[in-house]
Amino acid sequence: MGMRKVAVVGAGMTRFVRRAQETGRELAYEASKMALDSCELTLDDVDGVALGTAPDSFDGVHMKGEYLSDAAGAWRKPFLRCYVGGGTGVFAPIQGWYHVASGLFDVCLVVCEEKMSSCQPHPQGAFLTIFDHTTERALEPNLLWIFALEMNRYMHMHGLQKKDIALVSVKNKRNAADHPCALLGNPDITVEDILNSEVLAWPVQRLDVSPVSDGAVALVLASENVAKRITDVPVWIKGVGWSLDTAYWTNRDLYYPKYVEYAARMAYEMAGIREPRKEIHVVEPYDPFDYKELHHLEGLLLADKGDAPRLTAEGVTARTGNMPVCPSGGLLGVGNPIAAAGLMKVAEIFWQLRGEAGKRQVPGKPITGLAQAWGDLMQVGTVVILGIHG
Amino acid sequence: MFRQVAIIGVGHVGFRPLTPDLSYKELMYEAAVKAYDDAGVDPRSDVDGFVTVAEDFIEGTSIFDEYVPDQLGAVLKPVHTICGDGLHGFVAAYMQILTGAMDIVVVEAHSKASNVLTLEHVMAYAMDPVYNRPLAVNPHFVAGLEMNRYLAETWTTREQCAQVVAKNKRNALYNPAAAYGADIEVDAVLRAEMVADPLSRMDISPHADGAIVMVLAAKEVAEALTDVPIWVQGVGWCNDSFSLENRDWSAAIYAAKSGEMAYRMAGITSPWQELDFAEIDDTYSYKELQHMEALRLCRPGEAGPLTEEGATELSGELPVNPSGGSLGMGHLLDASGLARLLEVVLQLRGEAGPRQLPDVETGLAFGWRGIPTTSGAAAILSN
Repeated sequence: MGMRKVAVVGAGMTRFVRRAQETGRELAYEASKMALDSCELTLDDVDGVALGTAPDSFDGVHMKGEYLSDAAGAWRKPFLRCYVGGGTGVFAPIQGWYHVASGLFDVCLVVCEEKMSSCQPHPQGAFLTIFDHTTERALEPNLLWIFALEMNRYMHMHGLQKKDIALVSVKNKRNAADHPCALLGNPDITVEDILNSEVLAWPVQRLDVSPVSDGAVALVLASENVAKRITDVPVWIKGVGWSLDTAYWTNRDLYYPKYVEYAARMAYEMAGIREPRKEIHVVEPYDPFDYKELHHLEGLLLADKGDAPRLTAEGVTARTGNMPVCPSGGLLGVGNPIAAAGLMKVAEIFWQLRGEAGKRQVPGKPITGLAQAWGDLMQVGTVVILGIHG
Repeated sequence: MFRQVAIIGVGHVGFRPLTPDLSYKELMYEAAVKAYDDAGVDPRSDVDGFVTVAEDFIEGTSIFDEYVPDQLGAVLKPVHTICGDGLHGFVAAYMQILTGAMDIVVVEAHSKASNVLTLEHVMAYAMDPVYNRPLAVNPHFVAGLEMNRYLAETWTTREQCAQVVAKNKRNALYNPAAAYGADIEVDAVLRAEMVADPLSRMDISPHADGAIVMVLAAKEVAEALTDVPIWVQGVGWCNDSFSLENRDWSAAIYAAKSGEMAYRMAGITSPWQELDFAEIDDTYSYKELQHMEALRLCRPGEAGPLTEEGATELSGELPVNPSGGSLGMGHLLDASGLARLLEVVLQLRGEAGPRQLPDVETGLAFGWRGIPTTSGAAAILSN
């Protein structure tokens, strides 16, 4: 049966900053307002709200979705908060998609907010409680450790060196210099800067990691008949996919993200994409660490296993390359307010396909783009494919 | 025209005040195995998607979503968490089937309330951190304020609220899954220790542990798999204002809007005539009455007298909470709404045992997320 078509018609984004003066509710309000203003809608036009935000332990607010609900426009409206850890930012638009595709809603506001600065002394403290309470938590593992394990495994399997991977950080932080909302844009950064930064948990160094940040992003999704009334350039959600692997991450080979591949295959199938490397023109994979961009490009089947570093070195993934990757600057450059950062990636594809990305615009009028996020215990992949041809 | 969707399998464990012998994973596993068996599906090959409902602070684990797939047979499948009531998870599963992208979706909700040693301290973190948390407001105190407002606006009496407690605990005696069945009189409720005037200890539903899993399927699949599909006729959900300061304290607007949406979908114009029974959130005794009025089962102020006359008893004109509700079964935190829905399914299948209502065709379930939220969800099912 034919599925109901869903379009992205508006987007809004606050600046990503180290410490926002605004409360989480105010951030959510600002992004929502910007998104609605961008397509000249008001709250009266919104049928329902889909919200994403990552752990409650960041802000210490229990039932954070309820706390943010009316600020995100859900006053006296249907409201659902989805949650798949770090994958939430790209899942929220999937949640918005099923609201509209179900036929129950014509306009759905998708909002992602994150305020990490409330967590003192550092949000890493909140992550101590994500581990299995019986088998792992007693060891007090840190997120940086487990990602260091994964990065090590990835480098070992493919015989990679740190400088191969640092190129990602350089590319993304340079790209972010053109993003008005970015926290860590730097047009002059070099591989040496990355390699000389403080070692956190070998092989992870400070500049291999995205910063903690505060911020919010919102999108407006609409059904076909409404979208065509609102805008001349609707950006269609062509495919969505998500997949959650086992919680027992210690039993998996970490060199390859199979869950990302499963999510990508689901989205490609829905979008009717058979040759992703030819049919995807701009990509925003999740890059909280520089090696993750490479890892995810491989999981998305956009690079052979172990080949993503070569593509990066040869400039294929540069903003002017054949397959621009993270033209926004990604999490490494723009910042990483977790759920908001994921939705920022979908917003970036929206702006790129509409030709509205300003100084970040990739050349060649891209038609189809992909955004992806990753989360939980190196466990979940979420994928959204957008296209300007219905 | 919407795709027709049915509930084709249900499974539950519990409900008990304590479950020291079972972890939350074992509770989820057992409920899931029962539901898959009931529906005749294999989660690994037949199920397209999974939804669970959970809140991190209640689970004591951040990003609880991590610990969902294994015990549900959902590894490397589309799984996600909804931070909401079980009925919110249910509507998320329902919408995924309506899109046409999925045919079979599973929803899970559980409560391990007995593991939460300091629930009131956890709930303190649900209050607005700027305006309300510094006041150290106890959630039952907020409920007491609301109950006062509701009683004053509708001329409902404390005795009528106590009648709800007596009715639901008595119904629970006929429900083997209920933890708090009792044959008590109104006086016992009125004489119970006062928690936050006018709310006594017995007006508040006590907690229980358990898990519930349901399997939903599109019509084509449902009819092939079961002889007793329970059809989803309508769903609705809604939030009112989060702020204590500017919400409506007498009428449960979230319930009214949820009901309105569900009735519109189901084509129901006079709920009292068209529904055969209802399972409605009764976290606090007065909430059953307030929610009945908001859901247009009667006019404002009528729910109390109707309860007093026995119209909502098992043998009444419109039985409300034949399962015993949260007051009789035990409050299951965010699984409470799915427990309401479970009873609607069992009644419509004719599997409700000694509390089976005769000739029921259409039932309503409504869940609320509790203080301090204004978050509700409704579903209407028929056989």
